[in-house]
Amino acid sequence: MALLEVECLRTHFRTPDGVNRAVDGVSFSVEAGETLAIVGESGCGKSVTANSILRLIPAKVGRSTGVVRFEGRNLLELSPRAMRQIRGNAIGMIFQEPMTSLNPVLTVGRQIGESLRLHQGLDRRRAEARAVEMLTLVGIPEPQRRVRAYPHQLSGGMRQRVMIAMALACNPKLLIADEPTTALDVTIQAQILDLTRDLKHRVGAAIILITHDLGVVAEVASRVIVMYAGRKIEEAPVAELFRRPRHPYTQGLLGAVPRLGSSLDGTRGRLAEIPGLVPSLTTRIAGCVFAGRCPRATDLCRAIAPAMAAKAPGHGAACHHAPAEAAAA
Amino acid sequence: MLAYAGRRVLATIPVMAVVALFVFSLLYIAPGDPAAIIAGDQATPDDIARIRATLGLDRPFLVRFGEWSWRILQGDLGTSIFTALPVTALIRQRIEPTLSLMVVTLILSVGVAVPLGVAAAWKAGTLVDRLVMTLAVLGFSVPVFVISYLLAYVFALELEWLPVQGYTPIASGLWPWFRNLILPSIALGSVYVALIARITRATMLEVLAQDYIKTAAAKGVGSRGLLFVHALKNAAVPIVTVIGLGIALLIGGAVVTESVFVIPGLGRLTVDAILRRDYPVIQGVVLLFSFCYVLVNLGIDLTYMLLDPRIRY
Amino acid sequence: MSPPGAPDLAAAAAAPGIAVAAAPDLPDIFPPVVRRRGLRGVVARHPAAAIGVAILLLMLLAALLAPVLFTVDPTALAPSRRTRLPSAQYWFGTDMLGRDIYSRVIYGARVSLVVGFSVAALASAIGLAIGLVSGFVRVLDGIVMRVMDGLMSIPPILLAVALMALTRGSVGNVVAAITIAEIPRVARLVRGVVLSLREQPYVDGAVASGSTVPAIIWRHILPNTLAPLSVQATYICASAMITEAILSFIGAGTPPTTPSWGNIMAEGRALWQVKPTIVFFPALFLSLTVLAVNLVGDGLRDALDPRMAKRL
Repeated sequence: MALLEVECLRTHFRTPDGVNRAVDGVSFSVEAGETLAIVGESGCGKSVTANSILRLIPAKVGRSTGVVRFEGRNLLELSPRAMRQIRGNAIGMIFQEPMTSLNPVLTVGRQIGESLRLHQGLDRRRAEARAVEMLTLVGIPEPQRRVRAYPHQLSGGMRQRVMIAMALACNPKLLIADEPTTALDVTIQAQILDLTRDLKHRVGAAIILITHDLGVVAEVASRVIVMYAGRKIEEAPVAELFRRPRHPYTQGLLGAVPRLGSSLDGTRGRLAEIPGLVPSLTTRIAGCVFAGRCPRATDLCRAIAPAMAAKAPGHGAACHHAPAEAAAA
Repeated sequence: MLAYAGRRVLATIPVMAVVALFVFSLLYIAPGDPAAIIAGDQATPDDIARIRATLGLDRPFLVRFGEWSWRILQGDLGTSIFTALPVTALIRQRIEPTLSLMVVTLILSVGVAVPLGVAAAWKAGTLVDRLVMTLAVLGFSVPVFVISYLLAYVFALELEWLPVQGYTPIASGLWPWFRNLILPSIALGSVYVALIARITRATMLEVLAQDYIKTAAAKGVGSRGLLFVHALKNAAVPIVTVIGLGIALLIGGAVVTESVFVIPGLGRLTVDAILRRDYPVIQGVVLLFSFCYVLVNLGIDLTYMLLDPRIRY
Repeated sequence: MSPPGAPDLAAAAAAPGIAVAAAPDLPDIFPPVVRRRGLRGVVARHPAAAIGVAILLLMLLAALLAPVLFTVDPTALAPSRRTRLPSAQYWFGTDMLGRDIYSRVIYGARVSLVVGFSVAALASAIGLAIGLVSGFVRVLDGIVMRVMDGLMSIPPILLAVALMALTRGSVGNVVAAITIAEIPRVARLVRGVVLSLREQPYVDGAVASGSTVPAIIWRHILPNTLAPLSVQATYICASAMITEAILSFIGAGTPPTTPSWGNIMAEGRALWQVKPTIVFFPALFLSLTVLAVNLVGDGLRDALDPRMAKRL
């Protein structure tokens, strides 16, 4: 049994402009210890997917349906109390903005220690001692002093290390990292990625890595899901996806990655662009969500939404026209 | 941190000076002849001349302002025209009831308003929220004397639970003192509660939408921890600021509340002084209240250092 | 050993006979959002503001049409008919001098509305001017703002009381006294808007391209000031009505010959324990009117600027 199984997850928001179908029928699973990447443009629903797993969408604005089975229990049906016992304990989460994701008026020691006190019943002193250990683990110099510091006294990279320490404090089985490096400088990005990989081996947690950076995906993930307009449109092992993307959107996305030397080469000087705009999620789309921008779209695409179908072993795509290897069927 | 405190303290000096200058210049700003107005309709020219001399209106503005400021710095607020007593003596007689009323109102109001605002923010859009916000609009709209009469009618005249009027000094016992202050405090506090509840709700809504609240929720923090540990501490600065600024409403309202509930405080002193056109008393009370108001808000500025670790400049 | 993620792939591949694999059509979680247009839509979205506008219009009508609304001379004394309870003849009863309270309350609406609207208009206009000067003329900014800070440190009601103690009670003097107390708040607001707009690139651009200060004020500053200023003006209107009533109530407001809600209550004060109706009717009208203005203000605030809606 997989550690996490997500079946037909849908999260919709009520907005003044209508119902926003931010995530609309996404299914995937995560095995213990594996690293799964979810990629897509901003607004494709990848962050909402992450937040929906931990039920962090406020009930006032949105609602999720489907199944999120973690260790055999459907998280969407747990009581609020049981859900709180999972958050920060069996599942840890890292957010995108280290600048705004730490509470400015509490010391970092207190913020790291908080989940230990909640889930492991440590007292204030032992929680702080453990927070110092965690700061050491994530490579923060002078942890004894830093544990009493406030977030504004730390640099962006240090704050993201604090975030990681917070998420890992209770040795979670699953770590959800929502764009953990997007807000950081390139050099810091690399350090944080190295740290994540290093800790993953030590702690043995499975990771869901949400990112729009395909370079990051290639470096750390073993399997990739591509999302577009609230749907999963392709899924494959990382090498397979880069070698042979099946969905026209993924092909466009990979074409849009700047390659070293491409600017020197006159003929391939420009990034491949996908023409058109992402469709509004507040209007219901008949047919394939990508049809409006797809070079290969036909009347069939505009009428009937394609289901996910196996195109090669372990490689699926939601496209009527994606070529399938005979072996897959 | 000391530099911040020092700068705040220094910044109040020009404000106090402007207050003093303004309160003093009122005599000169007012249209018509203030001496004639203070003397009343039946006054003889001699009366008017005497009052003009008492007020110093016959001498140059700057000379007079200099003398006046110098005496204020020495704690002399002038002499009442009607009673011929020093204004400071009159104020000393009347300060206890007013101070009691304000302190009790302040504590009760903050104690009620902050939880109401937090509840409204947490349950935004629900019945609880709408109820609190309706109460707040009513608190802003129903003037203090209307609430005073309403409360006195229901709880004192009809139900006879509490005294209709009067004041018992704190020296005669805590309970008799407090019993007399319950209705006036509720009446006086209604606008204040509305103001604080509204700013608490607005600030909490803003804070609850912040990323760090989601981070805390993702750690498994429950709603009580989210509200009172993570959110309220971040919302504290604007809330405390409004608590300080709102004291102006309490000061203005006290004048009315004391009249309705017949409390012998500074408000009564002011109203009596208005009826007798005893301007030095009014001037003294206005000056005293304004200085206290500036000092309270200075104190509040200084508490920012405790509330927000980022304030250290 | 099936690869991870296999379940749904297998399910999709399990129907080899069908050429086209269609994704299941999923029903919506939320019912569709309906947005009504026109006046009825506005009323449906802002019911409180609509009620406020309705009450305010009624009060305006009452004030304008006071002589024909079955009133009698509000100052006519009738010692033989003192302190009557409400009846068919005296709808709200009579006061201790035998005057008809209904007529006095209806005429009293004139004072409240005139004071509320004049103070709002005057304080906004003068505050706007001071705020603009302070925002544009750097040399004056320090001095002007210190003066405004000082003025704001005097509790508004006390400031008005002190001013009224030095003048004769008249509606004009009441308006002037309350206006002076309200100006600093407007000036601060306008100055804040000016300073934040000056940072905006398009205003910078206008300055760089040689636009004159009046042109910049007219084209960039005023349009952006109008929304917060009009919201502020409604709140000033409400607070001015209350301040006027308080001043009249404590004997520092309109003269006894002009009926206003505040002095009707002041006259009923001595008798309120035995004849509460004298105080009740003016209190009710005053509260309703102030409530109406506040509801309109809240509606304006929500409609004009959602970001500000959170702050105020």
